[in-house]
Amino acid sequence: MSASPLIWPLLVPLLTAIGLLFLWRRPSWHRWVGLAGAFGLLAAGLFLLRTVMTEGVTTATIGGWPAPYGIVLAADRLSAALVAVAGLLGTAVHLFSISGVDARREAYGYYPALHLMLMGVCGAFVAGDIFNLYVWFEVLLMASFMLLELGGERIQLEAAIKYLALNLLASAVFLSGVGFLYGFAGSLNMADLAGRLAQRGPSPLSNGVAMLFLLAFGTKAALFPFFFWLPASYHAPPAPISAVFAGLLTKVGVYALYRTFTLMFVADVAFTHGWLMILAGLTMVIGLLGAVVQEDLRRVLSFNLVGHIGFMVLGLGLFTPLALAGGIFYTIHDMIDITILFLIAGVVHRETGRWRMESLGGFYDRAPFLSLLFLLAAFSLSGIPPLSGFWGKLALIRAALAREQYLATAAALAATFLTLLSMAQVWEAVFWKDRPAADPEPADALRPTRWEKVFQMTPIVGLTLVSLAMGLFPEPFFRYAEAAARGLLEPSAYILAVLGGTP
Amino acid sequence: MKEHRFTSLILAAATQYLLPLLLFLSVDILLRGHNKPGGGFMGGIMGASALALYFMAHDARSVRRILRIHPRYFLAIGLLAAAVSGLLPLFFGKPFMTGIWWDRHLPVIGMVGTPLLFDVGVYNVVVGVIMTIFLTLMENR
Repeated sequence: MSASPLIWPLLVPLLTAIGLLFLWRRPSWHRWVGLAGAFGLLAAGLFLLRTVMTEGVTTATIGGWPAPYGIVLAADRLSAALVAVAGLLGTAVHLFSISGVDARREAYGYYPALHLMLMGVCGAFVAGDIFNLYVWFEVLLMASFMLLELGGERIQLEAAIKYLALNLLASAVFLSGVGFLYGFAGSLNMADLAGRLAQRGPSPLSNGVAMLFLLAFGTKAALFPFFFWLPASYHAPPAPISAVFAGLLTKVGVYALYRTFTLMFVADVAFTHGWLMILAGLTMVIGLLGAVVQEDLRRVLSFNLVGHIGFMVLGLGLFTPLALAGGIFYTIHDMIDITILFLIAGVVHRETGRWRMESLGGFYDRAPFLSLLFLLAAFSLSGIPPLSGFWGKLALIRAALAREQYLATAAALAATFLTLLSMAQVWEAVFWKDRPAADPEPADALRPTRWEKVFQMTPIVGLTLVSLAMGLFPEPFFRYAEAAARGLLEPSAYILAVLGGTP
Repeated sequence: MKEHRFTSLILAAATQYLLPLLLFLSVDILLRGHNKPGGGFMGGIMGASALALYFMAHDARSVRRILRIHPRYFLAIGLLAAAVSGLLPLFFGKPFMTGIWWDRHLPVIGMVGTPLLFDVGVYNVVVGVIMTIFLTLMENR
């Protein structure tokens, strides 16, 4: 079979989900079949990564119809890396779910929904045309909506309504943006659009459409004025679902910003990327100020997630090779680290039955090794050298200084200190201080069995090792990010690969 | 669950004959869809409406009896058919989802190929989704 490596990250989760639907009556099999599918996705992601690293931009035409008329899948270094990380996080969260998701949710289709969501995420990363990108966003939105409300607890339904309403609104804006774009440029293929928009040069119309896309993707990525849906919904579902949302979903929005604002909307960089930079700075500071005042452990992490989206978008806003490389490195680092933190929060909740930080405590005595892992992830998120968060932040701040953007630099530094403060608060409240004495152990707190512990700790330890590798040996990762950034700034290779020989 | 509702004898008797007719029509819409208006989505909607009509004349249990399997398996079968229609061309060394046609023209069905299989998949997904939602809502009243 001569299949392009691009279709496997889509087909493996689809076939897994279909298999799980046929096995609906045997939910106890779901975890193992699903786990095999998750490892398959990881393998497909790594295969794609290897292909892109050796052969450059990889494309696949669906049904043999050539671009710009047919549907094209395309992966450059950025897409391939994100697909591989999606496979990694999918596998980790799947492992964690085996002990972290109750039997009722399992019986109502948790694993099929998880795999359909992974398919949507991978599809968005490799979509070569803007309408397809929209379709993949809808796929992942529908599956994530199912995951969010699965179980039907009151808090979940409340969260799901906010989540769905704002995301559908963003999708409508996205779709109207696509309509405008097709109306005045006459194509939907992103590589084709790049050429057409470059020919027209800067115009108020293209700036307006760019702002529509900024609004749509900004909402999905949880940028500053549009982020309110995220802390209002991510704390509701069980821990593994929060973790996979935090690690993957907002990053799809970030990826879409990276793709469209390096390939298509580059005619008036001072305007479009200036706005990106302003929003990024505000997101960092306001998101992390929100984190410092929160009481609920998962809401603290949700606000941290929002704040750190700002760093990734800052890299795009600065729009220099170093900044983009830093942004890409930072995105990969953050996907892994924020997932670790959410998973650790899940373990804490499972053993104590609490989310509020004032009623938690003494976890260091109880689980010193887990506390150490938390500390590593927290320091990495705050950017303490030599952990992975440091290198991304260093590159971003150096790029900001080189562009003489002192306000952005100040915002990034302030956000770094606020992250450290927020993480220190969590450490103090959850791990360090004594457990509140007058607080009896709640009924739903469970001591995990030995096997459950294995499934809890393996993904956390595995992801921590990847994160440590990125911190201690940043050279190959950063060189890869630099190559990816060059590919974004000089998109001729991407455009040529997608459009083939046609001019 | 005991159902208190008004059922018309005329509707119940007529539906016995209408159901097969409407299902045949929905399959016809599915088959002619490649070159004329129609296709898997429309056919599926029609098939699901026929079953909904049968529910109105009878009850949810008799609809389940007609379907034989839980509607969510229609969803699974449909997705599988669509995925297979995409995968088949790979065995012929063609790109994913390329249309492959059998060069014989069959009576009634017409041309047979992977796009038809894809449409059959869509038909099944539509029937499966609508009937799952419909029966779940109707049985939980």
